[in-house]
Amino acid sequence: MTHNYGLLAPEFILFGFAMLVVAVDTFRSQFKVGSAVLAATAGVGALAALGASVAMAGVHEEFGEILVVDEFTTFFRILFAATVVVVIAMSHEFVGKHIRHPGEFYSLLLLSTIGATFMAAARELLTAYIAIEVLSFSLYVAVSLAKTDPRSGEAGLKYVLLGGVASAMLLYGLSLLYGSGGSTSYEVLREAFAEQAGEASALTLVGLAMVIGGLAFKASAVPFHMWTPDAYEGAPLPITAYLSATSKAATFALLLRLLSGPLEPLIEDWRWMLATLSVATMVVGNLVALQQHNIKRLLAYSSIGQVGFMLMALVALSDQSTSALLLHLSGYLITNLAVFTAVIAFYNRTGREEIEDFRGLAETQPYLAVVITAGLFSLSGMPLLAGFATKFLLFQAAASGGYLWLSGLAVVMSTISLYYYLQVVKQMYFFEPSGDASRWRLTPSGYVLTAVLLVVMVIVGLYFGPLYEVADTAAGALFA
Amino acid sequence: MTASDGYVLLALVLIPIGTSVLLMFTPSKERGAVIGITGLSSLAMFVLSVYAFAMYDFEGEQFQGMLTIPWVSNVGLLGEKGIQLKLGLDGMAATLVLLTGIITMAGTWVSWKLTHRMKDYFILLYLVAGGVYGTWVMLDVFFFFLLYETAVLPMYLLIGVWGSTRKEYGATKLMMMLVGASILIFVGIFGAFSAAGLGTFDMEELFRAGETGLIPRNTQILLFPMVAVGCGTLAGMWPFHSWSPDGHASAPTSVSMLHAGVLMKSGAWGVIRLGFQMLPQGAEYWAPALMVIGITAALYGAISALRQTDLKLMTGFSSVSHMGYVFVGLGTLNVIGMSGAVLQMFAHGVMTALFFLLIGGMYDQSHNREIPNFSGMAKQMPIWTIFFVIAGLASLGLPGMSGFIAEVHIFIGVFRAYPVVGGLAVLTAAITATYLLRMFSQAFFGEFNPRWSHLREINYRERAGATVLAITILTMGIWPAPWIDRVANAVAQTIPGVSM
Repeated sequence: MTHNYGLLAPEFILFGFAMLVVAVDTFRSQFKVGSAVLAATAGVGALAALGASVAMAGVHEEFGEILVVDEFTTFFRILFAATVVVVIAMSHEFVGKHIRHPGEFYSLLLLSTIGATFMAAARELLTAYIAIEVLSFSLYVAVSLAKTDPRSGEAGLKYVLLGGVASAMLLYGLSLLYGSGGSTSYEVLREAFAEQAGEASALTLVGLAMVIGGLAFKASAVPFHMWTPDAYEGAPLPITAYLSATSKAATFALLLRLLSGPLEPLIEDWRWMLATLSVATMVVGNLVALQQHNIKRLLAYSSIGQVGFMLMALVALSDQSTSALLLHLSGYLITNLAVFTAVIAFYNRTGREEIEDFRGLAETQPYLAVVITAGLFSLSGMPLLAGFATKFLLFQAAASGGYLWLSGLAVVMSTISLYYYLQVVKQMYFFEPSGDASRWRLTPSGYVLTAVLLVVMVIVGLYFGPLYEVADTAAGALFA
Repeated sequence: MTASDGYVLLALVLIPIGTSVLLMFTPSKERGAVIGITGLSSLAMFVLSVYAFAMYDFEGEQFQGMLTIPWVSNVGLLGEKGIQLKLGLDGMAATLVLLTGIITMAGTWVSWKLTHRMKDYFILLYLVAGGVYGTWVMLDVFFFFLLYETAVLPMYLLIGVWGSTRKEYGATKLMMMLVGASILIFVGIFGAFSAAGLGTFDMEELFRAGETGLIPRNTQILLFPMVAVGCGTLAGMWPFHSWSPDGHASAPTSVSMLHAGVLMKSGAWGVIRLGFQMLPQGAEYWAPALMVIGITAALYGAISALRQTDLKLMTGFSSVSHMGYVFVGLGTLNVIGMSGAVLQMFAHGVMTALFFLLIGGMYDQSHNREIPNFSGMAKQMPIWTIFFVIAGLASLGLPGMSGFIAEVHIFIGVFRAYPVVGGLAVLTAAITATYLLRMFSQAFFGEFNPRWSHLREINYRERAGATVLAITILTMGIWPAPWIDRVANAVAQTIPGVSM
């Protein structure tokens, strides 16, 4: 059987450049060049992968029994490639100061993106599992790469231990589903489970619960979220950004494939599980966030809260809620990357990350304060920014799917989230700087990157039609 | 109005927001440029607002100057009409557009004396203005609500950065209460959209769905209180008003003007648009409750104002009281009472803006707002006192002033519907007269307190702003026909289920 390897061109590009980064890193000391050359190599690779992904839009073809490249895969491929471009662009200065092994840092970013894309593309259980592990293992290492921060190693260890447990649970669940359905192929499983609909065997149900539990860990849904704040706090900032973006979105991509495909016949069995997870996640994430003093932990808990909102779309699963979810995911990614870019720029300058340290930023660096404020307001769903439109449609989709109570709760939690975001905004605007009050300048790349993200954030907030249509096409591929 | 006037309405939204964007790229050192830009922009808004008010033909179509730009359609949960950038004006909105034009211009003038980060102040202030204009003219629920929230959001920073007394507390309380109230509006919108099942946020479609019962009566009864409380909170509706006096006490002058004068009205406007027009059967069911809340607010606000010694707090509670009348008027469900409610929104907007302008002009010099500390101010600041007396007399409903026109409509309407409530409303008016006249006699007349001999008359920009507002008060009081014609026709035609 021949395969069309061209289908996986973006992934081959990513892999090739990941290896190239390692190779360049090996000879770097001999030629006495800084880490900029690595960033450039990785950046070119990521851009090339992005270009290839965009060029391949509209392809709908299966790769053997294991992967499928359709509009849904393409959507996430472009999203992940774009994310890794942004993350590489935001990291350069940070890497020079705080990262022990820059070569590994960039190559792991590229490699993990392959895993993330395959999570969205998999049409078979084992491939899905391997894709998850490619992403996870890259991140286990990446989390512990900060050289100056002892918390980094601790975070890496916690992440790998808890992640291992979750992986074991997931794999066990997958094997039970295989035992019950007789295949690892999504299509065959769907038929098998369709016969079981309404009267699923105990084997299936246990398998189902374990799969959802394992994936809930990866998505950091409560009560499987314990690793998140520690990993986010200890990880180097760009990796934190990456964790909150790609890692999360990839898990949702996989969940969407599974739930709309093989597990769709069992919807009545998993719907309440996800509803419970959704409620617990949005409530705990947002309430605990109120207590945080560290910007990374704050963003960690806020991202947990966001997961609760996104799970809601899975509870009310339909093509409409999926397209709203994909739109929201993109908006969330853009916003989150903007916030992290700004926080990294702040950290590069001050080396600080407590919320109190942002005191008076509106005086010392007003532009950065605007970016952070806009980003946080967007995360809490304030108008003119991406968050309002995407949340509005997401919540409306859940309400239209018959879950008005759930979307009502989501709005309440979303309002609570505004309170803790305001604590940061308050520090920046209401108080005078506590230490050095002189103005400082951003690096040109920091300026450009934040400005681009800010503009995109506003565009998505107001003129979201095109993106929504793309998301709708992607969702359509799942519910064909 | 002709169809091309839709672009005038669009301009009313885009001019203030565009000004904000333009100011972002203006260096803050260039105070002259900032003053020039905001001066021109506010003048343009004023002229266009007057134009929109004047050109509105109250005998013509319900909605005029319609402009529909398809935005997002046939995707996800959105159907053929989906989300549209749809603008249009009815007689009620026309008066409120005029109100916004007047107050924004006056507010801009008095803000030019700011020394602390004036540019940033105007960026946020104009976002508020743009948001408020949007709520008057948008006929799509998505954009209506987007701009409604846009108007609320900048208040946090405006009060927190430029405010006075307990500004951090006032700003946070205001923000959390208003955004918290929005939860209910969200749920109301979501519920109505799903119940109608049309896949569109088009207001006209949803109004029809509400009138014909496509949105089932029980759903309307369930959703109306959410919308009414959600939007009512922004309108300072008792018992969700407590952000209002604190917020006003902390806010800088022009923010108070815009907030009490215009933004609070957009809350009441939300009750009309999303409540009475979109959920008319729910509104009919809950109208008596709205009336009870309204009259309680009116009495409570008036009695609380009686106890205040801080000028701004007194005005803040007076606002709660006057906004109570608006809900009383809406609760009557007859044309005259509901027209009175909208007229009251206009009349109260102008007079409260004048109050805040004057209080600000004096407080900036004296840094004191305690009424008992003042005495004989008419000798030191005669012009200031004259303006203050005009605002006060309008507030207590003296014939010949705008407040009288509004209140007389409400009183007639409410006596038709519920005579007992009518009696209480008149009692409220008497209490209002008591606290205002007592304040006049304490602060303005009597022996002059030499402690204030350093105070100077308000500056010429404040005088200009006050003049515009005072002229509006007197014009509406003496020649109310333009307002009444527009509002009464709109109420009779666009709100289902009102009786004559």
